[in-house]
Amino acid sequence: MLEIRNLHVVVEGKEILRGIDLSIGPGEVHALMGPNGSGKSTLSNVLVGRPGYEVTQGEVRYRGRDLLEMKPEERAREGVFLAFQYPVEIPGVSNAYFLRASLNAMRKHRGEEEIDAVDFLGLIKEKMKLLDIDMSLLNRSLNEGFSGGEKKRNEILQMLLLDPMLAVLDETDSGLDIDALRIVANGVGTLRSERHAVLVITHYQRLLNYLVPDFTHVLIEGRIARSGDRALAQELEQRGYGWLEAEQAQGSA
Amino acid sequence: MSSASQDIESLANRDYAYGFVTDIEQDSLPPGLSEEVIRSIAAKKNEPDWLLAWRLKAYRGWTKMTDVPRWSKVHYPPIDFQAISYFSAPKQKEELKSLDEVDPELLRTFDKLGIPLEEQKTLTGVAVDAIFDSVSVATTCKEKLSELGIIFCSFSEAVQKHPDLVQHYLGSVVPAGDNFYAALNSAVFTDGSFVYVPKGVRCPMELSTYFRINAANTGQFERTLIIADAGAYVSYLEGCTAPMRDENQLHAAVVELITLDDAEIKYSTVQNWYPGNKEGKGGIYNFVTKRGKCKGDRSKISWTQVETGSAITWKYPSCILQGDYSVGEFYSVAVTNNWQQADTGTKMIHLGKNTRSTIISKGISAGHGEQSYRGLVQIRPRATNARNYTQCDSLLIGDRCGAHTFPYIEVKNASSIVEHEATTSKISDDQLFYCQQRGIDTEDAISMLVNGFCKQVFRELPMEFAVEASKLLSVSLEGSIG
Repeated sequence: MLEIRNLHVVVEGKEILRGIDLSIGPGEVHALMGPNGSGKSTLSNVLVGRPGYEVTQGEVRYRGRDLLEMKPEERAREGVFLAFQYPVEIPGVSNAYFLRASLNAMRKHRGEEEIDAVDFLGLIKEKMKLLDIDMSLLNRSLNEGFSGGEKKRNEILQMLLLDPMLAVLDETDSGLDIDALRIVANGVGTLRSERHAVLVITHYQRLLNYLVPDFTHVLIEGRIARSGDRALAQELEQRGYGWLEAEQAQGSA
Repeated sequence: MSSASQDIESLANRDYAYGFVTDIEQDSLPPGLSEEVIRSIAAKKNEPDWLLAWRLKAYRGWTKMTDVPRWSKVHYPPIDFQAISYFSAPKQKEELKSLDEVDPELLRTFDKLGIPLEEQKTLTGVAVDAIFDSVSVATTCKEKLSELGIIFCSFSEAVQKHPDLVQHYLGSVVPAGDNFYAALNSAVFTDGSFVYVPKGVRCPMELSTYFRINAANTGQFERTLIIADAGAYVSYLEGCTAPMRDENQLHAAVVELITLDDAEIKYSTVQNWYPGNKEGKGGIYNFVTKRGKCKGDRSKISWTQVETGSAITWKYPSCILQGDYSVGEFYSVAVTNNWQQADTGTKMIHLGKNTRSTIISKGISAGHGEQSYRGLVQIRPRATNARNYTQCDSLLIGDRCGAHTFPYIEVKNASSIVEHEATTSKISDDQLFYCQQRGIDTEDAISMLVNGFCKQVFRELPMEFAVEASKLLSVSLEGSIG
C-alpha cells in the first residue's frame, strides 16, 4: 500500500529525514517510535503533503502512484488520513457541517452522490457512540473550546467516518487518560482489515498495550535504527532509546 | 510562501464580472458644478419650485463647507468636484408606458447583470426598480402593488405624482446640511427610489432596486426615501454594480427611512461597485449617508449590508430611536481585498424609553485591504431602560491587511445597559491545510471559513440575497492569500 524508499527531507534548511525505507502492506498496523526530534512528525507531515517540507531525495509510492506528486486534498480523497497531533480550531463552522463537507468531498471524488443531512446524522451518531463522544460536540464549532481529549477523539471520529485506506496517527495518545486510550485503540481496531493500513506514531509504548502493532520501527536522527515486532516496543519501554542512539552513533562514525 | 498559499494565489483572480460598458446615447451635462447646473437639472426634471429652492439652499450650504470629511481612516487624493458631470441619463422617450419602450440595449445590460426586468420577476416575489446612471429606467410590478396602495416608483416620478409626501419627508431624517456629501447629494441628486407603504399594509413582496453606474466621469447621486406608515411592513433590497474604469468615480447617495407607530422597515444592501484593479487603480468612492428614524412607538428599522465592492466605502447606516419601545438593528459584513479601504459602522441614537439596538459587524480584510469599524451608541437622558448590544469581529487573511475598531459610547441615562464585544482573528495556513487534509480544496475551505465567520449576518438576509452574498464573498476573496 505504502512504499517509502530512501526518503530525505529538509525543513528550513536542516535535513530531518536522512534516508527512510519503510513498506506498509494492506491489513498491517505499524508503530513508529523514537525520541523527540527524531523526525516522526516530519514523516507524517510529508506523507500528507504539508507545505514547508522539502523532499531532496527518494520516493514515496502509494497504491502504485507517486504520492509526492499529489496535492494534499487529492491524497486525502484517495484515502490518506492524518489524525493531527494538534488539531486546529475553526470558529463558526460547526463540527457537523465540517464533517459532512469532508465526507461529501470524498464521495464526490469517488463519483458517489452527496450524503443528505438525515443519513449523515444517522451515520455520525453511530460512530460517536462507538467512541463515547457527547452528541453536543456536533453542534459546536470545530475544535473550538474542545478539551485536549475531545480534540483527539474527534480526530478518531473523523477517521472512522471517512474510512481511509491509510491512516496515520500522529501522537494521538499524548494527553489521553487510560480510558480514552482504550477507546481510541478500539476505534483504530475497527480499521484492522485487508482494506486498511495504519501507521501509529508515538513516543510511548503505552498505546501499544491496547493497539498491538504487527511491526515496530524506531526512528533515530532521521533514520530507522531498528525494526522488529511488538517485542521491540516493550524492549524500548524498559531500556529507553539511549542504547539505540549509541549504536547508531557508532555505526555512522 | 507556503504551497497552500500558492494554490490560492494561482487561482486565477477572477475578474470583476460586471466591468463592461454599455454603449448607449447619453444625455449629459458638461462637467462642473454651479447654481446654473442645479437649475438645469431641476429644469430637465421639470421639478416644482420648492424642490429647486431646497437644492439651492443645500448647494449654498455645501459651498461653505470648506473641506471633505477627514476624520475617517481612509486615504484618497483630493476630488476635483468641478471635473465631475452631475447629470447623465440614457436618452429615451419622455414617458415610458411599458418595458417595451425601454431601449433594448439597456434591457440587455440589466439582463447581463442577471436582473430580469420583465414581469416574470413577479413570480419570484420581487419588484424591481432599475437605476442607470442616476436615472430610473424601469419599475416592475407596479400594478400589483398599487392595488394595496403601495407606492414604489422612481424618485422623479414621486416628485411629480406624490409631491406632498416627498415634501413632507425629504430631508426629515438626513437634513440637507447634515454632512459634506449629503449636502452635495441634496444639491444635485437626480433620481432614486421612493416607497410608501400605507397604514396597516404588509408589503407582500421584496422591493428591490438595482443601481448601475455606466457613463465615464460622472458622479452618481441617488436619493432613496422609504416611508412605512403606522403598522406597515416592507423589506427592501438594493444591489449595485459599475464598469471597470481607471479613474475613480464618486457615488454619494442618501437614504432616508421613516417608520411610524408599529411599522417595520428591513433594508438590505449587497454592494458590489467596481473595487479597482489589483494595483488599486480605479474603483468607486462609495460615500453614502443612510439613516432611519423610528418615529413611532414600537417601530423597527433593520439594516443589513454586505459590502464587497468599491475602492473606498464610507458609510454608517444609522437609526434614530425616537419612539418608545422602538428597535434598531445593524448587521454588516464588509470585505476589503487588494487595496480597498472601508470605514463603516453605524450610529444608534436612543431617544425614546425602552428602546433597543443590536449591532453585529463582521469585517474581513485581505490583501492590502484596510478596514475600520466605527460606531456610536448614544443613550440620551430621556431614554430610560435603553439597551444596546454590540459585537464587532474582524477577520484577517494574510499579513498585509489591517483591521481597526473605533467604538464610541455615550450614556446619559443610568438605567441603560450597553454591551460591547470585539474579537480579531486570522485564517491561518494551518486551518487551510487541515481542511485540505480532509479532502476540501482551498477555495471551498476559504469560503467555508469566511461563511462561518459571517453566519450571524447572512441569516438576516432574504434567502435569495443570502445565496448571492455568500457567492460574492468567495469571488471577492479569491487570490486573497499570498
